[in-house]
Amino acid sequence: MSSPNVHHEPLIRIAKRDGLAVWKNWLIRLVFVLIALLLSGLFIYAVTKLNPLKVYAAMFEGALGTKRRVWITIRDTMMLLCIGVGLAPAFKMKFWNVGAEGQILVGGVATAGLMIYLGKSAAMSTPVMLLVMALASIVAGAVWGVIPAVFKARWGTNETLFTLMMNYVAIQITSYCVALWENPFGSNTVGQINPQTKAGWFPRVFGLDFGLNVIIVMALTIGMFLYLKYSKHGYEIAVLGESERTARYAGIKPSRVFIRTMAISGAICGLAGFIAVAGASHTISTSTAGGRGFTAIIVAWLAKFNTFVMLLISFLLVFLQKGAIEIASQFKLNDFASNVITGIILFCIIASEFFINYRVIFHKRKEAGSK
Amino acid sequence: MRGVTKTFGAVVANNKVDLDIRRGEILSLLGENGSGKTTLMNMLSGIYFPDAGEILVNGKPVTIRSPKDAFDLGIGMIHQHFKLVDVLTATENILLGLHEKGTLNLKAAAEKITEICRKYGFVVDPNKKIYDMSVSEKQTVEIVKVLYRGANILILDEPTAVLTPQETRKLFDVMRNMKADGKAIVIITHKLHEVMEISDRVAVLRKGEYIGDVPTSETNPQKLTDMMVGRAVSLNIDRPDPVNRVKRLEIHNLSVRNVYGLRALDSVSFDVYGGEILGIAGISGCGQKELLEAIAGLQITESGSSIRFYPGETSESKELVGLSPLDIKKAGVGLSFVPEDRLGMGLVGAMDMTDNMMLRSYRNGRSAFADRKNPKKLAEQVIEQLEVVTPGVSTPVRRLSGGNVQKVLVGREIAASPKVLMTAYAVRGLDINTSYTIYNLLTEQKMQGVAVVYVGEDLDVLLELCDRILVLCSGKVNGIVDARTTTKEEVGLLMTNLRKEEIHE
Repeated sequence: MSSPNVHHEPLIRIAKRDGLAVWKNWLIRLVFVLIALLLSGLFIYAVTKLNPLKVYAAMFEGALGTKRRVWITIRDTMMLLCIGVGLAPAFKMKFWNVGAEGQILVGGVATAGLMIYLGKSAAMSTPVMLLVMALASIVAGAVWGVIPAVFKARWGTNETLFTLMMNYVAIQITSYCVALWENPFGSNTVGQINPQTKAGWFPRVFGLDFGLNVIIVMALTIGMFLYLKYSKHGYEIAVLGESERTARYAGIKPSRVFIRTMAISGAICGLAGFIAVAGASHTISTSTAGGRGFTAIIVAWLAKFNTFVMLLISFLLVFLQKGAIEIASQFKLNDFASNVITGIILFCIIASEFFINYRVIFHKRKEAGSK
Repeated sequence: MRGVTKTFGAVVANNKVDLDIRRGEILSLLGENGSGKTTLMNMLSGIYFPDAGEILVNGKPVTIRSPKDAFDLGIGMIHQHFKLVDVLTATENILLGLHEKGTLNLKAAAEKITEICRKYGFVVDPNKKIYDMSVSEKQTVEIVKVLYRGANILILDEPTAVLTPQETRKLFDVMRNMKADGKAIVIITHKLHEVMEISDRVAVLRKGEYIGDVPTSETNPQKLTDMMVGRAVSLNIDRPDPVNRVKRLEIHNLSVRNVYGLRALDSVSFDVYGGEILGIAGISGCGQKELLEAIAGLQITESGSSIRFYPGETSESKELVGLSPLDIKKAGVGLSFVPEDRLGMGLVGAMDMTDNMMLRSYRNGRSAFADRKNPKKLAEQVIEQLEVVTPGVSTPVRRLSGGNVQKVLVGREIAASPKVLMTAYAVRGLDINTSYTIYNLLTEQKMQGVAVVYVGEDLDVLLELCDRILVLCSGKVNGIVDARTTTKEEVGLLMTNLRKEEIHE
């Protein structure tokens, strides 16, 4: 035998742990956020020679500096959360719905179209118009979600590719509609719809700019939490997500649950399109979804489909994004530098999940010391 | 191995275990489920790293950090679940992961493999693809793979669980040849008669602790069981005569095609009676799975198939073919099914016991919300009655050991108070104590008038437990025998030799 005894005990090894107290989990997460800030600080200083504290202050300023900014941050958080809530049931079912972008767009297009035509005829009051637009966006999003589900249920097509392709179809439809509705002529944009009458715009609720956005999305958040956790449908989704064979064994029809859940998922994403158009931008373009359909996937997964945790993560992501824009303009950094900071922070959050689930034992440090 | 300890979270899998493995000897490692046998061997083969203790090979302390280190030390393990690449040939699989100098010479390797086979009495075609192989051939490839790497210490984790009696005998011959060649062999098995037959020495683990070792010649199955369980256990299956036999299922001309379009079941006809246990024997993959799944409404049957259910003397019989599992339930057919794949089909591993109890009953009630109170009560009841070892009802069932997982599943299926209870390999991988618990439960159900269908692989148990035994061979019913009067040889013969086409009456 060759000399295999040269190996030493490995320097570090990893052991799974369970049953860590909840407060310790959060402590670990907090520590990692601090580590992230430290690392980003080093990066900022190394690259730009700026004082990291000043940069962080600017980030805070950018996201929450003025009342207006606070509301914009809340509005965008609600938007991201709404999409995340829509994606949660699909992903919990292990149905890879990467088609939120498309579902948002068709919802947005339906909303914008009705806004333009109903606004011209002025036949309806705004509340009725909002109701009609919301319903239309729900139907549009649901249809967009159900199509790939039906194909998967009937012919076993891959839902990831299918939903992705549906995004491109939605973008083309949006482009067509933008050209159709362009205003002023030749600008190739739709511009603000009904700027004078504000027909179909979200009204101020309780004197708050985006009060209605918050109300709708929080209702969805609570509703989805209850739906996933306590309803029979939610239970079917969980079983199907874990194992299709078990689902069949228990008498659950996978095709039915796929279609039903994707209708819900698409409907909520479509409604997000309605909120984006009627409650925020009051216009439509191919960038109405703006990649949030993908960002929301991160939100849903990081939160492990707990919609309340999603609120927290959505806020963090929007905060980082707003802060990044601010430091980019204030310090004349280019966008990429701020994206790096966002990247570092996200990476550390994901890393903290690893340390919550596993512990690392260093060489020679005996069990007694690590417990 | 000296003072080896391994913990997983709060669970101590091995606690200060000392074990000697000797050359030219076959050692049986015995213990109940979750007693830490596999964990111990995994540390030897480099899959886990011990938390404390040391391992000595040939008297020298060594550190085994990876399976490669283990191979360098001449330690090789044949796992319960094969680790082979389906689309490659035997030779390619054996060479995988080896870093030999020079170009890849498949021919020379194939010759070396053939030579190893000749030396120990294996039969394997080096150029055959894995997906064309039977379970026993795949196992042979795994063993040759380990020998090819020059292993002197071989660990076999429940190698006979998937083999027929004939294949087992062949494997034992090979093991004896290897022993004669001076190799050290460790075999993990639950079957005591195999322990008695093959091993020279038996080492017993209980709850992670090393209990001791005895030479096989100085012990017997009863003593070993007592050592394993820690108290005296009865090894007899009580078989009362059936009372009130009533016809429950009448299966006629049942045919099922598998994914390849071949007939997995071919015109199968038989009756199932309440108040008796019908055993189903056969080499694995002879249609047992398809048969149970067809009855449960999980298979598409060929036209002409018929499964009639008789709810009682007064009401009309019902045709089950073409109904979905939900339809069958709605039709009031009390059908319980303990499938072979416990965590992949019968239970959801990531869910806790309460949620798993709900799997059958969550539709109860009109509310859109699911009731979790009754399932929780049921879970607590199952834990108490079947002595399930678990930290609590909210622990994911995946974290439980194999035997406890099965108790959860059987407990749930019996709690549904079925008229027909079907079980597939109900005791596979379970230790003796749990196995007997399951046998007793099934007998209890039989005495309550339930029609029990027991698909099994251990012929000794089938002969002791069942009232009638149906033997499947290549998807056909090759005979139904009286379990009280038949012999192991007769059943074995029916399993392997398909009788010539008979004229059906």
